[in-house]
Amino acid sequence: MSKIIEIFSLSAGYGDDLVLKDVNLTVNDNDFIGVIGPNGGGKTTLLKVMMGLIKPYSGTITISKSSKRKNGNVFGYLPQITKIDKKFPISVLDVVISGIIPQTGENQITTKEAKLKARSLLERVGGEHLCEKIVGDLSGGQMQRVLLARAIISLPELLVLDEPDTFVDNNFERDLYELLKELNKEMAIIMVSHDLGTISSYVKTIACVNRGLHYHHSNAITEKVLESYNCPIDLIAHGDLPHRVLKEHEHVNHGE
Amino acid sequence: MENDVLGLLQYDFFRNALLAAFLSSIVCGIIGTYIVSRRLVFISGGITHSSFGGIGLAYFMGFNPIIGALIFSLLSAFGIEFLSKRSDLREDSAIGMIWTIGMALGIIFIAATPGYSPNLMTYLFGSILTVASYDLIAMLVLAIVVIFIFVFFYRTILYVAFDDEYARTRRLPVDFINYLMLSLISFAIVLNIRIVGVILLISFLTIPQVTANIFTKEFKGMLVLSVIFALLGSVVGLLVSYRFNIPSGPSIICVFVLVFLLSKLLRYLAVGLSLRRQMKNSL
Ligand SMILES: Nc1ncnc2c1ncn2[C@@H]1O[C@H](COP(=O)(O)OP(=O)(O)O)[C@@H](O)[C@H]1O
Ligand SMILES: [Mg+2]
Repeated sequence: MSKIIEIFSLSAGYGDDLVLKDVNLTVNDNDFIGVIGPNGGGKTTLLKVMMGLIKPYSGTITISKSSKRKNGNVFGYLPQITKIDKKFPISVLDVVISGIIPQTGENQITTKEAKLKARSLLERVGGEHLCEKIVGDLSGGQMQRVLLARAIISLPELLVLDEPDTFVDNNFERDLYELLKELNKEMAIIMVSHDLGTISSYVKTIACVNRGLHYHHSNAITEKVLESYNCPIDLIAHGDLPHRVLKEHEHVNHGE
Repeated sequence: MENDVLGLLQYDFFRNALLAAFLSSIVCGIIGTYIVSRRLVFISGGITHSSFGGIGLAYFMGFNPIIGALIFSLLSAFGIEFLSKRSDLREDSAIGMIWTIGMALGIIFIAATPGYSPNLMTYLFGSILTVASYDLIAMLVLAIVVIFIFVFFYRTILYVAFDDEYARTRRLPVDFINYLMLSLISFAIVLNIRIVGVILLISFLTIPQVTANIFTKEFKGMLVLSVIFALLGSVVGLLVSYRFNIPSGPSIICVFVLVFLLSKLLRYLAVGLSLRRQMKNSL
């Protein structure tokens, strides 16, 4: 087990709105972290700070040097879908290709090779029939498949998924989680989701983000455990879980 | 009519006008595609109108109005970007402010300039029939630069425009591309003011593009088709303006809109036909 990224005593926000306070988190290879928390709790902010899209107010983010990382690719990012302008004139294939990190010298690939690669990635996420489409014609679930293909085309070390299961039908949801499980053999995954009930059997650990971060070192927040804390699962599914409860989980877990 | 056109080509002013229309179509077709795709139409309107302040200042101080316009348009382009990113001023509000302060300053400077300014109307409404050869040379240089940048940085521009945050995780030079594009927009606007004028310029940057967007939903296709539609509209508009003795700018815009409406109708009929065929086949 080796570290990919280490976040230490991190604070971040927007203007005078301190969204994250004193966050500590280490992501190792093979990790599969599920991130839950209420809306506006700072989940997306955490992911963005981690990838260097937002400068933190204080604290450090250390990305470990790795021999595995030939093409300089640490993060494969699937943003929250609501961010994407669906009217933008771009083809599905070009969106997927945009996930490739441009290389120089002999590692450079031609557009033709890039297209082939994009097609095979789309196939992998069950979107081979989307190859010839343009972004404006996609449904929400189809868009998620395309964005996932873009996120993994460069074989990142850490796959960063922000609510990949919104707008997704039940069929694809199951496919998606199976696919992620398989991908997890090749890369670490950190995934924001509303649907703790479904993800808890796939993720290995859970982080609750609500202005701060509480790390739960297992995925064993089963319905039973939750009920024993008087915290029904559908509350979590809607992101209303008070983090105090998870804090206690962590406590219990340590005691085990 | 044919003889008319051939006859017209004997005149220097008309050959220059055609050349101006050609160069302007290339620059506006390409830059406009970027503007429409990224939804920068309002920003571009703000930049265009604020440059009028620079024209006024140049009149007042007695230097080349195009230089004045360029200074104002660059400052306002970067100002809007800066104000909306770095402060809590909303972007459209920042644009509204810069848009009108530019116009206001322009009017004040011109009023304060002694004597009558006969060329003022030229800058407000453009005058494609009086472009000078140094205007054409400047436009030619800009057209070459724009084509060069869009050919060599095509994918970088496309990816940054589609999803700048993702592009940042790919280590693409997002800020550089954004400022480069804002600069190109400013140059395109200023060099076209002589031809179309402050008030009508935004049409060159939007109407051919939305017409192109009817037929293609891909950036590359839009770049090419927009140039073609801009060229078609401006040449036909120019001839119409000559034939009926109406101002060239408004005439070109009317042709643009006519082409847009015809394209919409064509598309509508094609979709209906294809639907009917599909329904028949499924029976
Ligand atoms: N670009 C932004 N500018 C200012 N405030 C923001 C911005 N993005 C998010 N916020 C604020 O930061 C807080 C956390 O947002 P976010 O990280 O998106 O939460 P989550 O993803 O958990 O729903 C919210 O209160 C939100 O209003
Ligand atoms: Mg979010």
